[in-house]
Amino acid sequence: MEFIVSLLTATLRVATSILLAAIGETYAERAGVLNLGIEGTMFFGAFVGFYVADLTGSLWIGLAVAVLSGIIAGLLMALFSVTLGVNQHVSGLGLTLLLSGLALFAFRLKYGGRSTPPSIEPFPLLSPFRGIPILETLGEQYLLTYITFLVIVPLAWWLLYHTDFGLKVRAVGENPEAVDAAGVDVYRIRYLALVIAGGLMAAGGAFLSLAQLGAFTHGIVSGRGWVAIALVIFGNWDPFKVTLGSLIFGGTFALQLRLQAMGLQLPIPYETFLALPYLVTIAALVIAGRNAAYPAALLKPYRRE
Amino acid sequence: MSRWITVEKRETPPLGTRLLIPLLALGGTFLLTSGLILWGHANPLRAYYYFLIAPLSSRFSLFEVLVSATPLILTGASVTFAFSGGYYNIGAEGQLYAGAIAAAGVGLLVGGLPVPLAILVLLVSGFLAGMAWAWLPAWLKVRWAVDEVVTTLLLNSVMAYIVSALLNGPWRDPESGWPQSPEIAASAHLPKLAARSRLNLGFLIAVLTLIVLWYVLNHTAFGLKLRAVGLGKSAARFAGIPVERTMFAAALISGGIAGIAGVCEVAGIQYHLIDALSAGYGYTGIIIATLGGLNAWGVGAAALFFGLIDTGAQTVSRVLGVPVYLGEVTQATMLLVTLAVLLLQHYRIRIGRR
Repeated sequence: MEFIVSLLTATLRVATSILLAAIGETYAERAGVLNLGIEGTMFFGAFVGFYVADLTGSLWIGLAVAVLSGIIAGLLMALFSVTLGVNQHVSGLGLTLLLSGLALFAFRLKYGGRSTPPSIEPFPLLSPFRGIPILETLGEQYLLTYITFLVIVPLAWWLLYHTDFGLKVRAVGENPEAVDAAGVDVYRIRYLALVIAGGLMAAGGAFLSLAQLGAFTHGIVSGRGWVAIALVIFGNWDPFKVTLGSLIFGGTFALQLRLQAMGLQLPIPYETFLALPYLVTIAALVIAGRNAAYPAALLKPYRRE
Repeated sequence: MSRWITVEKRETPPLGTRLLIPLLALGGTFLLTSGLILWGHANPLRAYYYFLIAPLSSRFSLFEVLVSATPLILTGASVTFAFSGGYYNIGAEGQLYAGAIAAAGVGLLVGGLPVPLAILVLLVSGFLAGMAWAWLPAWLKVRWAVDEVVTTLLLNSVMAYIVSALLNGPWRDPESGWPQSPEIAASAHLPKLAARSRLNLGFLIAVLTLIVLWYVLNHTAFGLKLRAVGLGKSAARFAGIPVERTMFAAALISGGIAGIAGVCEVAGIQYHLIDALSAGYGYTGIIIATLGGLNAWGVGAAALFFGLIDTGAQTVSRVLGVPVYLGEVTQATMLLVTLAVLLLQHYRIRIGRR
């Protein structure tokens, strides 16, 4: 029992950064843009958050500037995929390579000479349910985790399905011509979706450096952005189902951490466990993604004739 | 409806614009990256001298440019093959490592073979290994329509852990304890093309691959089918082309070529499998294929230029202390700027409200 509770606790923590990014990607893809800049935006957000927090001594300022950097990344993605109508695969990967390179450049420039890796005091864990069994452990989370699960996800669901804005976002992802004919500015809606997406992706990256690790490393994101993209497909572009997907990934990741910590003498290398969450994600994608109903206008640039 | 920037189509781009494109792309890239150079406390003009001119000024560094270009030519060719067929293989990075593992493993066993045979065995096993690693996403794509972009990306992460498992497990160097595989047999080393340099047969293999790529894409029935599928799947299907089978073949061959890149790095440069064998060559290959316009000669030119940037970034880092990642930033910036400038060909950009 104790094992399961601690596993679930770790699951929520691990799932947070992926979930933030995946909700961001959901906005982008719902509006018809596949943002492969996600991995780079997370990495850049992780660096900017860490650097600014280290510089100012404030984790919150670090987080805010990281989100701002993500918004700028989203605008850049929008410039290429929406205004210029460039192939989304290529422009997204280009953005990831650019942002990764920039973060590595700046990290080397600012922290290159140090013998020990730089670190900061990360966000504290909250424990609002002290004295209540199970909940006491389960609820011991970062404020950002609470915000992600209790605010960001329901808000995304409400925005996408129950507001005029959400209707427009989903419509430009399905049939931009019709939306345009109805007098809605397709470009504007896609720009807005990509800006929200970029901010959330960078927040997901900053969660890693400001909460989970309290440091910035080269492997801090290590493919989590790609996992998030898989989870969006797995979750059929529905924020709650995407959350379920992120819990499956988080659960597998937490499980492998536990198994490693138990120090079992197994005849297989520990990297098997590290690779497991990625393999589970592929399996989930195959099982649930076969009947995936992609937004009809995904990958298609829109241009008024 | 109004907005600040509008893009309008125009029929034929003026000749002047077309000639201007490479210059604008280069100029734009240098302008944007010079901010970073200033941030790194260096003079942009001096930096660009070391970046682009200095590597061409000595025999050794000129050969180094070709050495750097070798894996980029191969991954560029790999990506070109897949993208031409409308298959978005983003997994060249993992497939490169698959080929490298094969070379490092088979390379231990071919000590008794004559050099040409040993090298041939290595190349074939690397090609097969790259194909094998490309098989699962390709099969999932044609069988279950599972998005290949996501699966190939995820498998890159899995491959990184496989390499790590090998280097920290069975292949850890027993003497030094370094995470590197034992040195491959001398008969499997790719011969040097010039004394006192690292230039080796790998470069010629890469050039040969480009020639084959050009021939297959432009002068064979398979290449024609492949490009037809890439242009439009439903039209190709209507024309009686077996779309799934063609895409599947393109995916596997693409993986095989990326595997060759891994063989050339192991057998031509390192002689061991190491963790940092590839500096993201699989991803850079996507930039190169795009800048090269999915054309063999374009890929060759882009890869040579990127080899120059990689070599130059090392020099800039050594001489001026600007972080070596300037190279990566420059390459990505060049891609994005070129994509933007290319649109000038067909579109007129109007600024201001209508």
